[in-house]
Amino acid sequence: MATAPATAARAGAPARPADGFRSITTVVSLAAPVVLILIVVVVVITALPAIRTFGPGFLTSRAWNPPKEQFGALPFIFGTVVTSFLALVLALPVGIGVALFLAEQGLSGVRGAIGIGVELLAAIPSVVYGIWGLYILAPWLLLHVSKPLAASLGGIPIFAGPARQTNMLIASVILAVMILPTLSSISREVIRAVPGGLREASVAMGATWWETVWRVILPAARSGIFGATVLSLGRALGETMAVTMTIGNRPEIQSSLLQPAYTLASVIANEFNEATGTVYPAALIELGLVLMLVTLTVNLVALILVHRVSSGARP
Amino acid sequence: MSRNSRRQLANTLSRAFMYFFACVALLPLALVLFYVVIQGMPALMHIEFFLNAQRPEGIPGGGVANAFAGTVVMVGIASVLAIPLGVVAGVQLVEYGTGRIGDAVRLACDVLVSIPSIVVGLFIYGLLVVTFHGPTGFFGSLALAILMLPVVVRTTESAVALVPGALREAGLALGLARWRVALQLILPAAIPGVVTGALLAVARAAGETAPLLLTTLGNVFLTLNPAQRMSALPLIVYHDALTPYPDLVQTAWGAALVLVLLTLLVNVLSRLALRRQIRLAGRI
Repeated sequence: MATAPATAARAGAPARPADGFRSITTVVSLAAPVVLILIVVVVVITALPAIRTFGPGFLTSRAWNPPKEQFGALPFIFGTVVTSFLALVLALPVGIGVALFLAEQGLSGVRGAIGIGVELLAAIPSVVYGIWGLYILAPWLLLHVSKPLAASLGGIPIFAGPARQTNMLIASVILAVMILPTLSSISREVIRAVPGGLREASVAMGATWWETVWRVILPAARSGIFGATVLSLGRALGETMAVTMTIGNRPEIQSSLLQPAYTLASVIANEFNEATGTVYPAALIELGLVLMLVTLTVNLVALILVHRVSSGARP
Repeated sequence: MSRNSRRQLANTLSRAFMYFFACVALLPLALVLFYVVIQGMPALMHIEFFLNAQRPEGIPGGGVANAFAGTVVMVGIASVLAIPLGVVAGVQLVEYGTGRIGDAVRLACDVLVSIPSIVVGLFIYGLLVVTFHGPTGFFGSLALAILMLPVVVRTTESAVALVPGALREAGLALGLARWRVALQLILPAAIPGVVTGALLAVARAAGETAPLLLTTLGNVFLTLNPAQRMSALPLIVYHDALTPYPDLVQTAWGAALVLVLLTLLVNVLSRLALRRQIRLAGRI
């Protein structure tokens, strides 16, 4: 490490002594990777006793009954996956619409305002979304969406009633709002990275704006938009406070979106401080391990996808 | 209908949908801001809200001074830890970060940014709270510092990278040492962008709840000592919002309003700083 700067700085100048500045700053910059590795190692080690106690059946068990010392992760994995994917489905059309809008030319004033607005959406703390969801959005959704849905489409299992005020639907709506900034800002970058020649060629051939977007721009930006989607999925999977306050916190697996559920992150936030004994906290920590491994995988995949697009490795 | 008018119709409809979605995206922001202001204002109208610590339900005159103190102390300690480290690492990434180590640092930062904050809380819990038999405000600050670090590193990096290369070359041509060029020429030219990154990180840390639940727990008494448990504004929002008592819920809305105002303030400030950065870069 100490020999490399000498070659870099040598161009023209006499050889310098080893660059202490470089060594020191390099050591400092290693803080981030070191912390990341430490997080993974410490969480795994803390979860080891639980892994030994519960074995592999922990992941597939539906029972969650702390007083009887029955612990299973399945209800939480179910709630996390369902709310995150529903949030993606809700956010994707809006996010791409915003990204297309922001990547357009002209109308710079309106565009600036919407760009700032979407950025602010990302800056609002999770817990503020939580209190807003709990007291404002939940009663409104119950009255105007959930109850009519249960009344008219109650025969379909995913809308089976009776509708509850805190349920998977509202948690998903809030998650959709929270991942919208990630989704639209990364998609905008990806759409902007599409070579201008492609767009111009399409317009020159007489294609309308929509035909250009649908047949040229979106296909060219496909893998990047997919990366943005996966990155947003990672955010949704790990989101804690807003979901804890709106999902109802019941460790059950029900087909209906209008019923309460629980997620990996929210059970830790909600129950960790009242978990007594040794087995109960250990089970929560193992849930944390599952959450960490899932989000790490999802985010790494997304980062690789986005990186590949933005570094221009496209035809 | 002819083929061309069908194409025109599809075009008009899809453009309309795009504008519609762009407006839909702003709707939640407007609604959140509106309701937080409406519901939170009454709490902020009483001076006790800022002066007194929490009081049990039913005793009037309770406030959130303990949470203010906790948030200021914990975010302060986290900033002292994370901002210098992050700025130095960001400068390093621009000056020497072309190799494999630079790539590893960038990847680690991107992964750290997207790791769920509650996992960071579990990490500090497993590493320190278990070892020292109890939560403290300092452990909370450490968790917040971990969440701030990657934000500071990446924003510093992009701010420093905006500084024109001619400045660096001029410094080196005058025979300045590399560290002088980096710290006395490049970094001052990038200060507005660096400040922006630091502000955004502070705002993020001030709004974090989940890691604090596992590392500092909260405290109903006013304390400035980070060796004790501490409260924080987001903890108040979470705990009080879930109680059945109207005045505690009122306090929660008040604390939420303070957090939102802080977020807005930081965003306005960072936007001003960024504009200055672009002007500065244009002048050099």
